[in-house]
Amino acid sequence: MSIWEYANPVKFMRTSGAILPYAVAGAALCTVSGLVWGFLTPQDYKQGATVKIIFLHVPAALMAINIWLMMLVTSLIWLVRRHHVSALAAKAAAPVGAVMTLIALITGAIWGQPMWGTWWEWDPRLTSFLILFLFYLGYIALWAAVENPDSAADLTGVLCLVGSVFALLSRYAVNFWNQGLHQGASLSLAPGERMSAVYKYPLYLSMLGFFLLFLALLLVRTRTEIRRRRLAALLAREMRA
Amino acid sequence: MSLLAVRELAVARGGLRAVENLSFAVEPGQVLVLRGPNGIGKTTLLRTLAGLQPAVAGTVEAAPETMAYAGHADGLKPALSVTENLAFWAEVFGRRDIAPALAAMNLRDLAARPAHALSAGQKRRLGLARLMVTGRPVWLLDEPTVSLDRDSVALFAAMLRAHLGQGGAALIATHIDLGLPEAVALDLTPFRAGPARRDTRPAGFNEAFA
Amino acid sequence: MKALLLRDLRLATRAGGGFGLALAFFLITCTLVPFGVGPEGGTLARIAPGILWVGALLSCLLSLDRIFALDFEDGSLDLLATAPLPLEGAVAAKACAHWLVTGLPLALAAPVFALLLHLPGPAYPWLVVSLLIGTPALSMLGAFGAAVTVGLRRGGLLMSLLVLPLYVPTLIFGAEAVRRGAAGGDPLPALIFLAGVTLGVLALVPFAAAAALRVNLR
Repeated sequence: MSIWEYANPVKFMRTSGAILPYAVAGAALCTVSGLVWGFLTPQDYKQGATVKIIFLHVPAALMAINIWLMMLVTSLIWLVRRHHVSALAAKAAAPVGAVMTLIALITGAIWGQPMWGTWWEWDPRLTSFLILFLFYLGYIALWAAVENPDSAADLTGVLCLVGSVFALLSRYAVNFWNQGLHQGASLSLAPGERMSAVYKYPLYLSMLGFFLLFLALLLVRTRTEIRRRRLAALLAREMRA
Repeated sequence: MSLLAVRELAVARGGLRAVENLSFAVEPGQVLVLRGPNGIGKTTLLRTLAGLQPAVAGTVEAAPETMAYAGHADGLKPALSVTENLAFWAEVFGRRDIAPALAAMNLRDLAARPAHALSAGQKRRLGLARLMVTGRPVWLLDEPTVSLDRDSVALFAAMLRAHLGQGGAALIATHIDLGLPEAVALDLTPFRAGPARRDTRPAGFNEAFA
Repeated sequence: MKALLLRDLRLATRAGGGFGLALAFFLITCTLVPFGVGPEGGTLARIAPGILWVGALLSCLLSLDRIFALDFEDGSLDLLATAPLPLEGAVAAKACAHWLVTGLPLALAAPVFALLLHLPGPAYPWLVVSLLIGTPALSMLGAFGAAVTVGLRRGGLLMSLLVLPLYVPTLIFGAEAVRRGAAGGDPLPALIFLAGVTLGVLALVPFAAAAALRVNLR
């Protein structure tokens, strides 16, 4: 049993159908409890109640980057191994990633207003996320614009590859351009705690919730895409016959 | 030694196999005329042989730089003259001498005229003259006689015969009779692809999900 | 490759080729900016490096769709794909032709437009140098965008959406070099990064663009 077998549409439909209810339930449970727990945490001595937006902001930002990475991996699998479900999974993930990026940007703005006294600052991290959002938009627009699904899958795959290199390059270029206000990473494996456990555990729970939410959305959207392809394939066969 | 040997070839259009299990060989001096109803995949087959799209299955054996393709569009630049257009393609294919090509398609009087001032038939003649400057042995021709009058068709047939005489060959998708005694018809109808099979790699999304 | 380059240059300079259009667009951009931000010299001098770079970038974008679209429509691209020249070479030749008719004139004419925007004196050489180093990357990335969108009916707008984010690193390093030059700082680090981006783009992007072209041809 290899992972490649799941790239077979029939097998994917069967397996994803079995996983989906658990993913939805887990996402609902973890997201809601993580956010409620987070809301009940004490106020930060410096940032006050505004710190609580972290339970939305950080998981969304984390997912925004990881969804792009997942798209990069599935695009590579498509380009190298030609597994059709892989290309459709990349397509299905893109709008979710774009919304996660948008959530990270908007919550960042709402958090930044009381903290830095401005809704928007051309800080390297914020700017990188804005650029990442543009890459998501371009990727989604290209899928929408190309009619032939085989060409669309190949072109978006190449775009994802080139885009990944430039998203990374932009990340470092932006650092060169402006040093920034944004605090460092919120969670770190390095010794010397940055964040107290009071905030950490609800944050972990919330992250898990966002991940499961993404998984559930990805499965639903990929299943929809597969059904749409099936419909198109049947129509194409009708027309040929 | 065949110029081109095709074995068990399958080609696809729009993510569905059009023609499959096709095997044939082309010898020097041979003309293969592709027959079959509209939409069976004559253009797709020619484009696959030219290397413009991948074959779904099977093999195409030919020495490198064997094929010269001429499709529906002639690849002419309206702002350039007949000579400039032809000289450009000659240089791309690593050749210099365009005079024989101009003579063969009776374009010498038009040599200095910009391509936008040519009639449809004259453009087609220039597009066909381009085949001669490629120096390649196998010509893949998709409806080459569209918009040609009877005299021009005869010119083209003479050019083709000269090409065959020099050890060249051609595959032609056409509905008209070129009056070439050496032409062999290849009817694609028996090779029309059946429903997609599970045991082979799908040609595209439309087969993978059918 | 040389034949293709010369043909593209000849086509660009003949009537209807659009040569000089990018320069005119650059001039208009530089004319409009003072109407938007006011005629005060200090303000203009401060934003001039950025305006000049953004203007050059947008002028470059203007003619990108012509790189492959015309050759795609008239069938030349099919014939080029079957020619002995690898498609990567054709992409490089066409991007080079695009640079010679847009990027190079823009870089050489930029000091004139910089006068209009009161660019501080020490920045002039850095403006020309940074544009000379940076615009080849703009042409090559543009060729990639044009290759991806060549089969689409309304590809122009989509191409801008795809290409402009790719221009970010080049813009950052290019404008930074001019800004540091204007402030009397050391523009060399920015120029080195700019050259690094350009070399990387020239080395790798032709393969991506040729891959996209092959997809669109089949």
